[in-house]
Amino acid sequence: MSLAMSNITRRFGQTEVLRGIDLDVAKGELIALLGPSGSGKTTLLRIIAGLDWPDAGNLSFEGQDWLLKTAAQRKIGMVFQHYALFPHMTVRENIAFGLTVLPRAQRPGKAQIAETVQRLLTFLQISQLADRYPSELSGGQRQRVALGRAMAIEPRVLLLDEPFGALDAQVRRDLRRWLRSVHDSAGITTIFVTHDQEEAFELADRVVVMNGGVIEQIGRPDQIYDHPATPFVARFLGLTVELPVVMKAGRAEAAGFDLTALPRRALPEGPATLFLRPADIQPVADPAAPFHLTEISSTGALLRVVAESDSGCRIEAEVPRRDGHGLETGMNVSLCAVAGQIFPGLASQRASSPVAAETTPHALKENRL
Amino acid sequence: MTSVAVAIPRSGRTRRVLPGFGLTMGLTLSYVGIIVLLPVLALVLKGAEIGPVRYWEIVTSPRTLAALRLTVTAAAIATLFNAAYGLLMAWVLTRYCFPGRRLLDAMMDIPFALPTAVAGLSLTALFSANGWYGSILAPAGISVVYTIWGVAIAMSFTSVPFVVRTVQPILEDLDPAVEEAARSLGASPFTIFRRVIFPAIQPAFLVGATIAFARSLGEFGAVIFIAGNLPMKTEIASLLAMIRLEEYDYNGAAAIALTLMLIALILLALSNWLQSRMQRKGGVT
Repeated sequence: MSLAMSNITRRFGQTEVLRGIDLDVAKGELIALLGPSGSGKTTLLRIIAGLDWPDAGNLSFEGQDWLLKTAAQRKIGMVFQHYALFPHMTVRENIAFGLTVLPRAQRPGKAQIAETVQRLLTFLQISQLADRYPSELSGGQRQRVALGRAMAIEPRVLLLDEPFGALDAQVRRDLRRWLRSVHDSAGITTIFVTHDQEEAFELADRVVVMNGGVIEQIGRPDQIYDHPATPFVARFLGLTVELPVVMKAGRAEAAGFDLTALPRRALPEGPATLFLRPADIQPVADPAAPFHLTEISSTGALLRVVAESDSGCRIEAEVPRRDGHGLETGMNVSLCAVAGQIFPGLASQRASSPVAAETTPHALKENRL
Repeated sequence: MTSVAVAIPRSGRTRRVLPGFGLTMGLTLSYVGIIVLLPVLALVLKGAEIGPVRYWEIVTSPRTLAALRLTVTAAAIATLFNAAYGLLMAWVLTRYCFPGRRLLDAMMDIPFALPTAVAGLSLTALFSANGWYGSILAPAGISVVYTIWGVAIAMSFTSVPFVVRTVQPILEDLDPAVEEAARSLGASPFTIFRRVIFPAIQPAFLVGATIAFARSLGEFGAVIFIAGNLPMKTEIASLLAMIRLEEYDYNGAAAIALTLMLIALILLALSNWLQSRMQRKGGVT
């Protein structure tokens, strides 16, 4: 185990930004910290980087206590959200910076620095940009330079804060694959922060889902996708339909729903909440069913369907357009759930709704000033 | 054919968003012409009237030369001091949070607001042999009043805000992440200042210092009280120009004024050139 955190706590004034974080990162692993803004993920990254200190808790790297070391002593490579390149230095000078500021005794010779920089430029496929200034680069190119600058000091851990946040969709996808290949060939333990679920799942070996300063779930992308551990993770991963159900002998039941496709769960009898993705709900024509279709709209590949019951329950579903030929507004349907996650009890209705999550970062920023 | 003709706007006028271009531009140009360019032109013409030989005679006369030398040297001392102190002040005002910061920030502008004659009088009172500072310095054998040091102090008093006010906004706008990046790459605080912060503020710093120097060259009110105005010793160039004018020696006055203006213009050009060179290198984003 290379990086170990236990019970890390951090508060800014009255706001508890981190409330006891326990996380172990293995050598060479690629970890994503995933969560909405205000969940504390960037603060955690800054603490690992040595740019911020926790109020309590431990942080160690290969047995050494990192809280006793400064950012410079930890030898971490940090890539900032807006790259933070040195504007008055060329790409080459930016990448060489970490080597040129080493104490004279450890500093490599000029020729050796130039060679390292050239090797990185080639490795990151930006040799042609070597003598440009950051203002002459596109966002994606700046990202590569920022990574090159961080990698030049041969960091023990690479930290990236929202690495693709400021890029457009196409560049984002390309860079994601590129970063994965860079990680695989360089083998540096890497932690990156993102609020984009797709990004986290595509890139990371393991994903850490954070919310309100605590870790909600740690796991492999598929694991988290199929089995969200808490109602928050379920909602965050797009299981936006929340259905009150009744558990009977390990099976969930709800009026107008066909839930027999769901596996049995060892849950107590009584009320529970079923979380579903709109895409995992199939409307099936059934004249006797309590639901009728009120809206059908197309997004191109998908039909977005709204079904309402006589008792006022409103459910959204998504159907591939080629499977939805028979659907018409007004027709009665029963809803068949293909997959979903059940949590005991009635989930507090949107306890951590997006609105609540949005207010936290402002409070946080004020406290930082 | 006709449809193409219709699609093209008739003139550039129709595309402007802000109205009143003609009026505002006209006013600006008239102002620059009447208040700035015309007097400068008059001065140059007056100087040209003298003829190069006579001009050279006036400027190289011992008294004029001494006055010019004093003015430039004192302005250089004042600027060196202001550059260092102004940078420090801007740093303190932007980087640290302390009680009374806003008050200190407001006090920076006092030299701008204070009539220069008042500044000159109070400085003279402080530094004269029985003043607060003078009574301490005099026993040590240091006299400020009626020396070049007095001139330099008066000049630096009136021009220090230029450096502070040009550097301050640039320091405030610096992205803290850039410094954090340097820190995480292992740079020491001093290295961060030398290699990351200072290059960023250098253009503004140079501009501030140049303006401070230009202002010091022409400082009159504050200086004449503390300088003592001894010919050949502590007589500044602009005072000498005024003395010549009072002697109805218009040519002498114009020649000195023209020389001062030339020095200021050369300095401004130099600072602009340095700035543009650095911007090209720095690639301001």
